[in-house]
Amino acid sequence: MTLKARRPDAFSPGRTPPFEETAKESLADAQLRRNLGKATQTIRRKRAAAVGEMPDWEALREAGRALKTRVMRHLDEYLLRLEESVTRAGGTVHWTRDAGEANEIVAGIVKGHGAREVVKVKSIATDEIKLNEHLEREGIKVHETDLAELIIQLAGEESSHILVPAIHKNRAEIRELFLRKLGVEGLSDDPADLTEAARLYLRERFLSAKVGISGANFAVAETGTVCVVESEGNGRMCTTLPEVLVTLMGIEKVIPSWRDFEVFMQLLPRSSTAERMNPYTSFWTGVSEGDGPQEFHLVLLDNGRTNVLEDERGRQALNCIRCSACLNVCPVYERTGGHAYNSVYPGPIGAILTPQLVGIGRDPGPDSLPWASSLCGACYEVCPVKINIPEVLIHLRGKVTRHKQDRGGLSAKLNPENAAMRAMARVFSDPRLYELAQKAARVGQWPLARGGSIRHLPGRLAGWTEVRDLKPVPRQTFREWWRESRGEG
Amino acid sequence: MLERLGHEVEFPFAQTCCGQMHFNTGYQREAIPLVRRFVEVFEPYEVVVSPSASCVGMVRELYPMAAGLAGDEGLRERVEALAPRVFELSEFLVRRLGVEDVGAYYPHRVTYHPTCHSLRMLKVGDAPLRLLRNVRGIDLVELPEAEECCGFGGTFAVKNADTSAAMLSDKCHNILSTGAEICTMVDNSCLMHIGGGLRRGRAGVETVHLAQILASTEERG
Amino acid sequence: MATAKETILRRIRRATRDVPEGERPEDVPVERGYLLRDEGTREEIVARFAENVAEYRATVRRVAGDELRSAIREALERRGVRRLVVPEDLPEDWVPEGVEALRDGPGSRLTNEELDASDGVLTGCSLGIAQTGTIVLDAGPGQGRRALTLLPDYHLCVVREEQVVGLVPEAFARLEATVREKGRAITFVSGPSATSDIELNRVEGVHGPRTLEVLVVRGRPPAGTG
Repeated sequence: MTLKARRPDAFSPGRTPPFEETAKESLADAQLRRNLGKATQTIRRKRAAAVGEMPDWEALREAGRALKTRVMRHLDEYLLRLEESVTRAGGTVHWTRDAGEANEIVAGIVKGHGAREVVKVKSIATDEIKLNEHLEREGIKVHETDLAELIIQLAGEESSHILVPAIHKNRAEIRELFLRKLGVEGLSDDPADLTEAARLYLRERFLSAKVGISGANFAVAETGTVCVVESEGNGRMCTTLPEVLVTLMGIEKVIPSWRDFEVFMQLLPRSSTAERMNPYTSFWTGVSEGDGPQEFHLVLLDNGRTNVLEDERGRQALNCIRCSACLNVCPVYERTGGHAYNSVYPGPIGAILTPQLVGIGRDPGPDSLPWASSLCGACYEVCPVKINIPEVLIHLRGKVTRHKQDRGGLSAKLNPENAAMRAMARVFSDPRLYELAQKAARVGQWPLARGGSIRHLPGRLAGWTEVRDLKPVPRQTFREWWRESRGEG
Repeated sequence: MLERLGHEVEFPFAQTCCGQMHFNTGYQREAIPLVRRFVEVFEPYEVVVSPSASCVGMVRELYPMAAGLAGDEGLRERVEALAPRVFELSEFLVRRLGVEDVGAYYPHRVTYHPTCHSLRMLKVGDAPLRLLRNVRGIDLVELPEAEECCGFGGTFAVKNADTSAAMLSDKCHNILSTGAEICTMVDNSCLMHIGGGLRRGRAGVETVHLAQILASTEERG
Repeated sequence: MATAKETILRRIRRATRDVPEGERPEDVPVERGYLLRDEGTREEIVARFAENVAEYRATVRRVAGDELRSAIREALERRGVRRLVVPEDLPEDWVPEGVEALRDGPGSRLTNEELDASDGVLTGCSLGIAQTGTIVLDAGPGQGRRALTLLPDYHLCVVREEQVVGLVPEAFARLEATVREKGRAITFVSGPSATSDIELNRVEGVHGPRTLEVLVVRGRPPAGTG
């Protein structure tokens, strides 16, 4: 696979291309297709087994959904409680409206300690605000410490999966990258060897870093406890060894009480890595004397989340706990990979989260995402907090379309799809016109139909006949058959 | 077939389209008159049976959303009253009537594709398979990766034609691997999609709706 | 000018104006219909714990209280541990003769480099969770601060049978007081550190200890608290 240059995504300035355009590239990449197909099929099977052994899975999902619903309806109150409890435990809470504010605050803390390097544990929220780029501009070197994030960082690429950002790369590609970038020699492509190389490279950074940066999976309003769920131990390193810890979290990550972990810590590991429990989970409450960082900053980020909250139906996208189960079962994601979505949130959840975070009608890329789905429903079935993704996709399709129709002026009205859809709606509203249209189609299709098949459709419909024939309207429709055989109508 | 089972069947000619294509493509205001028409046409009937799972899914799952969008409380109430009486054919036979053997005869090698909306939206489960297992003369073979979407998805197949084609090609590959001569399902749209892919590949496999198989008897093939 | 906090709270209140005025958070129903307790026997629960820990490719050995010291000695010998990190309050007689104990406590802290250069660490734990094969560390007795069980490449952990709970909710219930009253950090350890980042192939041992060994002790060890 060729290395792709970083291109702007939905969260960077400028126009992003629509999904269908970028997907073409990914679909043509045989290596990518193979890497992804293999990985998603493996994880799908494992998840089914991990969930299958839980007799109370549906009850847990329902509790997870209910807890998140409760939080979103009273987010203001929970954030105030969280601020109070974190402060009481010795931490400092910062509120930030957007990416710019969040970046400035984090950079300010790092510089305030005279640090030139930071170690960082995987966090999508920091990718969303482009924190790394901002810190680098401020002269601060950022070391991504999650193995996959390190691979992506070294390759200068973007993540293509919520949980396994380098899912699009295979072992041979990673070996080649490490040989080139880490200056190691005699490296095989055995994942164990590749992992060892990363361990040695990063250990020095962990031991010397003064400031650690993390995201948060959950934060408890009642106690101020913040939680990071991980596998490799890099999360523990980043949240334990440095003197200063800065955690960036989206405001939707707050959960009501300590007890609620009993729900989410069952739902998350089985849905994401298909394990009974992930190797390491860290819970910290402010600052503990003599144990870990003695200075803790919690940065709360809005950056569009309150836009999402505003939509009563779309709001459920904020319930996401970033497990990535929906990506792994999605037939579209499996074939296009994450880059096609041009967002740090790819896959089905990305298709409902990205356009809402960015705002409808601002950028053709995010606006195209609600259509990046065949509405097969596999995502809804596996979602551990029961986000009805297909329903929100349909809802957002309506919103985007209405936005275009209402604000798009004449060009939107003359848009062929819009014109065709409106014309069809008129025909479908009248059974006489409907039958006439069937007859007309039978006449109209004769130049196209050959040997009982239509092999080439004109214009926008040509996509269909690239790989499929179309059965022409039959010589006798069901209506005609019914009338003839029953003598009705 | 329904008449063979002793039911009185009517086909109201006033019906057109349930509006799913418009609604799911985003043209939701345009779908509202179609929703009204559907409700008006079918309200008088005891039970509405459709050979298309996704149309049934539209009525049951999305009509309330459409009524909400129309801001019409009356329509919402009518939709809620009608929706539970709308059935997909196989679930009507197996779940509602408790019939698994409709006396059909179909001497062919057949594989069954569970369409997404029948499986995940309507949750028909194994109802179609129960019916097929009781068809005389049939050689029913299991489809690998059966529950994967065929890539139709309404206008998805046109808007995201490339992705859809990639999904279709895997589906066709799996169908061919069964050695079946017939692939059957309970959704016309997926039938048209998979059928189009198989015909284009000159695969020599036909797609046939479940209803056609169930309607076949030794006298009427 | 409004502060960021004021703006965000205002935005949230505007966005949730569909929520009735008088509704309190607790009014939104949350049904906890899932399992809260493992109804199995003690032996079943402990056996499940041992089995699930072992599935993560950790070594698990069940021993009687009076066998603990010899089990520790054997484990350390097999691993070739000479310099062993221990929390200050770990029972002294747990460390076998011939092994140098590097004790860490509030008064005498080991540096990160010393921890990194050691051969391993020996600790007790706060809890075990049978359902998930998880060991819970909460910086309580015999566990030390977090870095102790993180930097050494080998972790030998002693779990007393009565510390093992059945299900995840039982564990969080038991930990509640530690968090509420003492505010101590808590770490869940389920097997050795691992990654599946390359082709979703699980590889044991990335940054945390690459080898985890667990001794499950029946009855009280002859000395100390564990």
